[in-house]
Amino acid sequence: MPQFGSFTLLLALALSVYTLLAGAFALWRFKTTRAEDGSGRLGETARRTGIASFIALSCAAFALVWASFTNDYSVSYILHHTNRALNPAYKFSALWSGQEGSLLLWAWLLSAYGFVLRIRHRVDVRLSAYASTILAGIQVFFLLLLNFAAPPFAIQPGPVAADGFGLNPLLQYPEMVMHPPLLYLGYVGFSVPFAFALGALMMRYPGEKWIHITRRWTMVTWLFLTCGIFMGAHWAYSVLGWGGYWGWDPVENASLMPWLTGTAFLHSVMMQEKRGMMKSWNVWLIFSTFMLTILGTLLTRSGIVSSVHAFAQSDIGNWFYGFIIIVFAICLFTFFKQKDHLKSENKLESLVSRESSFLFNNLVLLAACFTVLWGTLFPILSEYVQGSKVTMGAPFYNRVNIPVGLFLLFLTGIGPLLAWRSTSLRSIRRNFVLPCIAMVVACIALIAAGVRPWSAGDAMQATIFSLVTFSLAAGVITAISAEFLRGASVVRTQTGKNLAASTVLLVRRNTRRYGGYLVHFGIVVLFIGIAGGAFNQSHEQEMGFGDSMTMGPYKLVCQSFTQESKPNFDTEYALLDVYKYGKKITQLAPEKRFYIASQTSSTMVALHSTLESDLYVIYEGKNPETDRPIIKVFLNPLMNWIWIGVLIVVLGTLLALVPNLNKATRSRAVPEPPLVEAEVQHVG
Amino acid sequence: MLVKRWMQGFAVCLLAVVMLGANDSGTRFSRLGHQMVCACGCGQILLECNHVSCPSSGPMINELHAQMAAGGSDTSIFNWFAAKYGATVLAAPIRGGFDNVAWIAPFAVFLFATLGTGILIYFWRRRSVLHAPPAGPAGMLDADREAMRERIRRETEY
Repeated sequence: MPQFGSFTLLLALALSVYTLLAGAFALWRFKTTRAEDGSGRLGETARRTGIASFIALSCAAFALVWASFTNDYSVSYILHHTNRALNPAYKFSALWSGQEGSLLLWAWLLSAYGFVLRIRHRVDVRLSAYASTILAGIQVFFLLLLNFAAPPFAIQPGPVAADGFGLNPLLQYPEMVMHPPLLYLGYVGFSVPFAFALGALMMRYPGEKWIHITRRWTMVTWLFLTCGIFMGAHWAYSVLGWGGYWGWDPVENASLMPWLTGTAFLHSVMMQEKRGMMKSWNVWLIFSTFMLTILGTLLTRSGIVSSVHAFAQSDIGNWFYGFIIIVFAICLFTFFKQKDHLKSENKLESLVSRESSFLFNNLVLLAACFTVLWGTLFPILSEYVQGSKVTMGAPFYNRVNIPVGLFLLFLTGIGPLLAWRSTSLRSIRRNFVLPCIAMVVACIALIAAGVRPWSAGDAMQATIFSLVTFSLAAGVITAISAEFLRGASVVRTQTGKNLAASTVLLVRRNTRRYGGYLVHFGIVVLFIGIAGGAFNQSHEQEMGFGDSMTMGPYKLVCQSFTQESKPNFDTEYALLDVYKYGKKITQLAPEKRFYIASQTSSTMVALHSTLESDLYVIYEGKNPETDRPIIKVFLNPLMNWIWIGVLIVVLGTLLALVPNLNKATRSRAVPEPPLVEAEVQHVG
Repeated sequence: MLVKRWMQGFAVCLLAVVMLGANDSGTRFSRLGHQMVCACGCGQILLECNHVSCPSSGPMINELHAQMAAGGSDTSIFNWFAAKYGATVLAAPIRGGFDNVAWIAPFAVFLFATLGTGILIYFWRRRSVLHAPPAGPAGMLDADREAMRERIRRETEY
């Protein structure tokens, strides 16, 4: 099987090189001669070999998974990342647990995206040919890496080992089976809008159709990246046992940066679609997003920054440096060559308009991205200037990003209330009064309920931050709800249906708009969850049989502590009865595992999760002097709101991907209404 | 007058938001302990390092208590730790000098970008006012109405 895997990788490289060269030649012939004279057929062969490369890479990925399941320890990668007793699900996830395997996953996903693009080439044959050729170029780079720099099927020298070294215990967790593929689907997916944008620029594509074609690609990719990032955060929360979910590690930052620029692109691209503005900006946003995904990969794999979950330092980083330089040079050259094609068709007419809110939204998102990039790279700069590295940890990011995040939350609320072109004073008054009232009322209610910064003592700063966030959130939620209600009322007047049915019809008529509002709502819920972190509590205590500990409304009583041996690991755990207001509600069993194959240990957090707070219990180990377990307990308020917020974001994005109720159906269902005053005012 | 008052209110709010990060976050011990990372290599904040047999966090916490008991200022304590464990023991660059660049750059970039965006909007707006088409007749023909409807549909789609 290793030989088969190596062969299919080499075959995939040959096919991708052909797709790149034949595709590029066919496009060049067409461009220079403007005649089909065979270039069409050549282009078609390029498309088909591109499809074949997907099949070849699928075979290679299958070969690696097969080697993992059959315990083929002649393959160095399998030896170092699996063992016989490993759970089958983790044997499968071994595909992306190491450098070589994850690069193979990257190349396979890229070829899968390319496969879909090439199958759907009739959407726009010429533009798809450009995008396919660009994707083939990217794929050639990854296949060169896989064939020559990081081969996943490298044979282990010497006799074949009886058992493998096992998988990193931190990766033996259900979310780890899902988190990397989702993250990679996001990373790799941005190659497609990048390829379309670069292709459209190269061929001077008329109009904005390429944006319509790539809209779904971009949204799906963004969705995958969002899910990947937050699944990683949930994994960190559930596995690492420090009570938090985001540590501002360079590898985490690497995933956040393309998400921020991708989010900015999703917003600003609307200006190009609707008003023909910001063309150069959008092109550079998607170029930057793609380059940031490669930069993130470089940071993860080169070892240039210290990270707890980066791959070991290797010379693979030089390949990525080279690739980024080539991509940047191509983007820059194409941009300057075709710059006149990117002239804006319209100019901004008012400061108080949807366009300017998008501009500021982009500004804030890019400022956040710059902060993250700056924080990630500053240690290198510091070493260069001062001769010593520094740590850029949570205190830096929290202090710098809190104002930026609050400004973003503010824009999330006001942006959708502004009309395109310009917004009248009357409209501002009508749309903003209610959210402002909600904000003030929420602030007063919170203060009355005890969220008082001046009496918070040590937690004054955190309490101010929470108060501002909660108040802003109330305003934004009111603004979003008012938008739904206003629209639904108009539909109700037109159709005579009840409010619920009118809301459904309203959403079906414009899924993108209302899906977007739902995404904003999810972001607000997420912010509320993050702000809850200001009230976290923790306590650590040695607990013998019958000992108890109180944390907020909870009381934990130690029932027993013991140890067991399982095929893959030895475990120590404590059984704790949890009481709330004197009533037993559950039993928790935090444990510490020692994995035999890899000779490493890992904590298994016990969690009691409610909408109000998370009771997060860690078994830290035994005190060697007393032989009693040390238990650390966190009470994390509103933690679930973060995951619920992400779920709403996912639902909103899925809703935005659903096609609108088409015109014909709509006209059958509802007669075209006369132009109403509200609609006219919406235009300003 | 009303605009001026709104502007003043906005400036106060902005200042409050910007200054959010500049306050104390706990008792002195908690505050100092949360501005250092454990030297064991786990990358966690000193007071959050959760390894029972961690060779570094316990002694470091004791050292922090000792330094505080000795009456050292925050800066002198940080300098003491940085001298003993290296600058990477501080969770953020707070030694002054070039470290200040880390804090100034993001705000400077944000301010310049905001200013730039404001200027850009101003010039775009000015240009569009100069090149505005003449106003049409007050009455609306069917074709105009249809065109208006189409524009509304396009521009209010999301």
